[in-house]
Amino acid sequence: MLRTLLSEDLPKSRVLAFLLAAIVLALFLTPFLVPGAKAMGVAAKILVFVVLVASYDLLLGYTGIVSFAHTMFFGIGAYGVAIAFTRLGPSWGALAAGLAGAVLLSALLAFVIGLFSLRVRAIFYAMITLAVASAFQTLASQLSDLTGGEDGLNFKVPEVLSPAFELHPDPVLGASLDGKLLTYYLVFAAAMLLFLAMLRIINSPFGRVLVAIRENDFRAEALGYRVVVYRTWSNVLAAVFATLAGSLLALWLRYNGPDTSLSFEIMLDILLMVVIGGMGTLYGALVGAALFVVAQSYLQDLLRLAHGALEGVPVVSALASPDRWLFWLGLLFVLSVYYFPAGIVGRLGNKR
Amino acid sequence: MSSTPVLETRDLTIRFGGHVAVDAVSCAFHAGTLTAIVGPNGAGKTTYFNLISGQLAATAGDVLLDGVSLAGMPPSARTRAGLGRAFQLTNLFPNLSVIENVRLAVQARARVGLDLWQIWSRRRDLIARAEHVLERVALQSRRDAVAASLPHGDQRKLEVAMLLALEPEVFMFDEPTAGMSVDEVPVILDLIRGIKQDASKTVLLVEHKMDVVRELADRIIVLHNGALMADGEPEAVIASPVVQEAYLGMAPVAGEAT
Repeated sequence: MLRTLLSEDLPKSRVLAFLLAAIVLALFLTPFLVPGAKAMGVAAKILVFVVLVASYDLLLGYTGIVSFAHTMFFGIGAYGVAIAFTRLGPSWGALAAGLAGAVLLSALLAFVIGLFSLRVRAIFYAMITLAVASAFQTLASQLSDLTGGEDGLNFKVPEVLSPAFELHPDPVLGASLDGKLLTYYLVFAAAMLLFLAMLRIINSPFGRVLVAIRENDFRAEALGYRVVVYRTWSNVLAAVFATLAGSLLALWLRYNGPDTSLSFEIMLDILLMVVIGGMGTLYGALVGAALFVVAQSYLQDLLRLAHGALEGVPVVSALASPDRWLFWLGLLFVLSVYYFPAGIVGRLGNKR
Repeated sequence: MSSTPVLETRDLTIRFGGHVAVDAVSCAFHAGTLTAIVGPNGAGKTTYFNLISGQLAATAGDVLLDGVSLAGMPPSARTRAGLGRAFQLTNLFPNLSVIENVRLAVQARARVGLDLWQIWSRRRDLIARAEHVLERVALQSRRDAVAASLPHGDQRKLEVAMLLALEPEVFMFDEPTAGMSVDEVPVILDLIRGIKQDASKTVLLVEHKMDVVRELADRIIVLHNGALMADGEPEAVIASPVVQEAYLGMAPVAGEAT
């Protein structure tokens, strides 16, 4: 059962298995373990990014395609849901319509970009995706009637998922049983399902062909695999999963704007998470996203504590200022790449 | 010899700028025969192979498989149509295991590459077939080694194993024994001999070693400066004065890359 669920791709070491189980369990229990809106928000962001980073690894780590258009697909998913809820009202039908529209648009775009540009050299493909993504970002902020422009869109979600909905008046273990909690578990279940689906894809005959193309596309073609078809499919699949991740984000935040789902900063974050977790290991997405989002969210708090404790010590307290959190994040990144060039999961021996 | 050739090239030509690398080569290959393609370095033998298997697009002329033109078909489609090729410069999936290299060829043959839902490791039949091919080239002991870590001779064997796994109609060997040590060569030659026994298979062999050619070939064609210079029974071709002068007169040099 578990073997089928994980597509026979069980973690290769006990340490890794333990780490992964701990992360998933922590995410599952977050609302009860760490009460409060912030912790649940961080956990939800991790779940969304697990899907997003894994879908990017499908491209970068498994197929060997460098794309900078991944946040565009993430944004399409988020905007699809946001626009549908804004226009059609807070119904499940609106969610379905938004999802369907976004997935179709992403698949079509990915197909066209792939077909036209995956034949060219890798560097040109990266450039083309960069151009398309920038154009899309501008388009999204210009079409303010539809997208809310720079302000983005605030919208209502179906009643069961809204914070005002009460499942039970009394809190359990410090967590209030409301619509927000239900949304969290919806996001949790969806993220796990999508992750397992991607795990199945990379462990399918198709997934092995992607690896073959990454290793030696010339030989893969000579064996009878039409490389451009496989690359295009990989591009479309990665785009669809990124779109679904974007939809989950919008559903969770009940808001979407260019900075939450389209900015180039998110693209950089995805790249960092893939590299930290380990390229070409889907489990790396889980580890990378968890580590990165936690660091991003709590480093400032941690530094605030350190800053308070080090008050008066000249240079050190300046370094520990909460405003310097990005410096420390950078340092953590450099160290992790230096010591784990194959990523954390790669280091733990799951690389094939 | 049957009437319709399995593989045929008609006035096959490729020009690189002003240089004609393959010059209007017309030649038919029949099932159950092994044709050796010989010629000095730079004669266009590998380029001729590249035109047949689709890695290069012809400037003029055509390639026909079972009477059907392959013009415009990418290498993958030609492979699926029944053309199998082993490369002169070893061309593997370097970071994958030996078995996985072969399994990918078996999987290509089984046409399940676009299947997203099966779990590859549960297709025991494909793995078993790959293991069987490894036994045929005497590589089963290196089953789980990373391809790049193999010594040169074993990499050549793996190259041949991937061709066998494709089970093609036409086998194209480009100097299969180049760079192999003397004691490794017989395994490969036995395999080629075995394929030759099968009357439904067509074999094309680029080879420098004249003793190998003499022993295996049913027919020899000679390329010189891209053009077909001689074609016929091995002894007759080797004995012909024009070949003696143009090719066999000079010592063959190992390891060319045309």
